[in-house]
Amino acid sequence: MNLYPVRSIYMAEMARTRRTLLQSIVSPVISTSLYFVVFGAAIGSRISEINGVSYGAFIVPGLIMLMLLTQSVSNASFGIFFPKFSGSIYEILSAPISYLEVVVGYVGAAASKSILLGLIILGTSSFFVPLEIAHPFWMLTFLVLTAVTFSLLGFIIGIWADGFDKLQIVPLLIITPLTFLGGSFYSIDMLPPFWQSVTLANPVVYLVSGFRWSFYGVSDVSLWASVGMITLFLAASLATIGWIFRTGYRLKP
Amino acid sequence: MHDPIISIQGLNKTYEGGFQALKHVDLSIQRGEIFALLGPNGAGKTTLISLVCGLVNPTNGRITVDGFDNVKQYRQARERIGLVPQELTNEAFETVWNTVSFSRGLFGKPPNPAHIEKVLTSLALWDKRDNRLITLSGGMKRRVLIAKALSHEPRILFLDEPTAGVDVALRRDMWEVVRRLRDDGVTIILTTHYIEEAEEMADRIGVINGGEVVLVEEKTALMKKLGSKQLTLELHTPLSALPARLQVDTLTLSDDGRSLVYTYDGHQEEQGRGVSALLSVLNEEEILVKDVHTRQSSLEDIFVDLVKERS
Ligand SMILES: Nc1ncnc2c1ncn2[C@@H]1O[C@H](COP(=O)(O)OP(=O)(O)OP(=O)(O)O)[C@@H](O)[C@H]1O
Ligand SMILES: [Mg+2]
Repeated sequence: MNLYPVRSIYMAEMARTRRTLLQSIVSPVISTSLYFVVFGAAIGSRISEINGVSYGAFIVPGLIMLMLLTQSVSNASFGIFFPKFSGSIYEILSAPISYLEVVVGYVGAAASKSILLGLIILGTSSFFVPLEIAHPFWMLTFLVLTAVTFSLLGFIIGIWADGFDKLQIVPLLIITPLTFLGGSFYSIDMLPPFWQSVTLANPVVYLVSGFRWSFYGVSDVSLWASVGMITLFLAASLATIGWIFRTGYRLKP
Repeated sequence: MHDPIISIQGLNKTYEGGFQALKHVDLSIQRGEIFALLGPNGAGKTTLISLVCGLVNPTNGRITVDGFDNVKQYRQARERIGLVPQELTNEAFETVWNTVSFSRGLFGKPPNPAHIEKVLTSLALWDKRDNRLITLSGGMKRRVLIAKALSHEPRILFLDEPTAGVDVALRRDMWEVVRRLRDDGVTIILTTHYIEEAEEMADRIGVINGGEVVLVEEKTALMKKLGSKQLTLELHTPLSALPARLQVDTLTLSDDGRSLVYTYDGHQEEQGRGVSALLSVLNEEEILVKDVHTRQSSLEDIFVDLVKERS
């Protein structure tokens, strides 16, 4: 692997973040803070503790996950969609680089942004609720793996999308509902038994559960189910990207 | 004619949907030459360039760049190539300096501000280095694309209609840049619709039409064909046959006997066998001429004829 191309792509993408700092970092932080005010402070005070954790603290991992998933997908999809849209992708495709280098550059940058964002939200939330992190190593592992995996997914969406509408549709119609229904704001124990089993088909449940476990040591599903699910996601995304570059799908006529 | 820097063999491209844009193209580009690819809109010029640069998947055929297969050994093949695309495509909010430096890194080269400065200066972009691309004019944007392609010191440069939308003065400057590159040993392949550009610049000229390469020739050989002129003499009274003295292969009588066509170039005039000699013979033979006109064929004529012939 040649590091100059990877670094060039990575730095250019990070520079784009700096140019759009408000949109990339500030606005997700503001919207997360609103969640804390509404769910944590206003409504949360009426809700009893869940598994011994106050409701405000309980939703922190879910909220971070929500932001992590949506921001990873939108950052990465926009990052590759834009050059495709403007035509400047010709340069990437004609460069003497492997697809792995392209992916590491783009996805690395998108994931870095999401991780940074996740940490900022974590910091912000500590102003609202008392936080404890039982397993910091696992917390970081989940943070990084989720950011990378969903940035890969975003990358795929960015290549697949042939218009701005499609770029929006997947995050809006799939990621957000799955996250909201994935136990970001509740424990799946709180659902009726039928919906509990339906929910288990939602992959985001495993991510939120594992991430929450790293904070409070309680989870809806076992840690290894969570680790397994995210690994599966990662592998599927990588395989899809490999296929895209081998066939030139939506990149090369 | 040995050791071509680019060798294209049996290249076919059928786009999704079944349109065949290239039909069995064989072409060799010589090391260090300027090769002009001419052809009407939709001929397949951009497709051909895109295939060499790896932007389009070939249907079949083989391309080697400096001996490296452009699919199997794409790294070695591509690092030798700089591409200036036909369409203006830019990251609008980047500065000139950043976008050109980005290109160098992308092609795997360590940073070299001195080289970037040299490239920007040669393209008269140095003053604009801190401007965002969106603030540049169309001609400047095109020069930025050239700077990007030159940022990584390619041995081969593809220029897809480099002077489209560029004013005359700037076009001259650009030709100058291209010549200097050639002097440095860079092989240049350019497409253009301006015949005079090919005449001015190229060592060899290829004509492509309907996906087929219909002609590849040294420019000087083409110019020889171009150098000829035709003098047509409309006769007062039709001739049934040419007098014996006028039976030379440079002179032909039209079928209706009403006009004589004399094909000549500058040399015959010097040797005293030229237009004035012809006229005095006509005078002696008492052939009266009603009207005369001359015609000089240009590359454009050859080009148009070729294209018409095939379609
Ligand atoms: N992605 C594509 N899918 C389908 N057909 C295509 C595609 N790209 C080009 N073509 C077709 O292939 C043919 C050759 O196109 P190409 O762009 O190579 O022409 P060109 O010689 O560069 O023309 P111009 O002088 O207008 O730039 C055209 O008929 C065009 O419509
Ligand atoms: Mg073209």
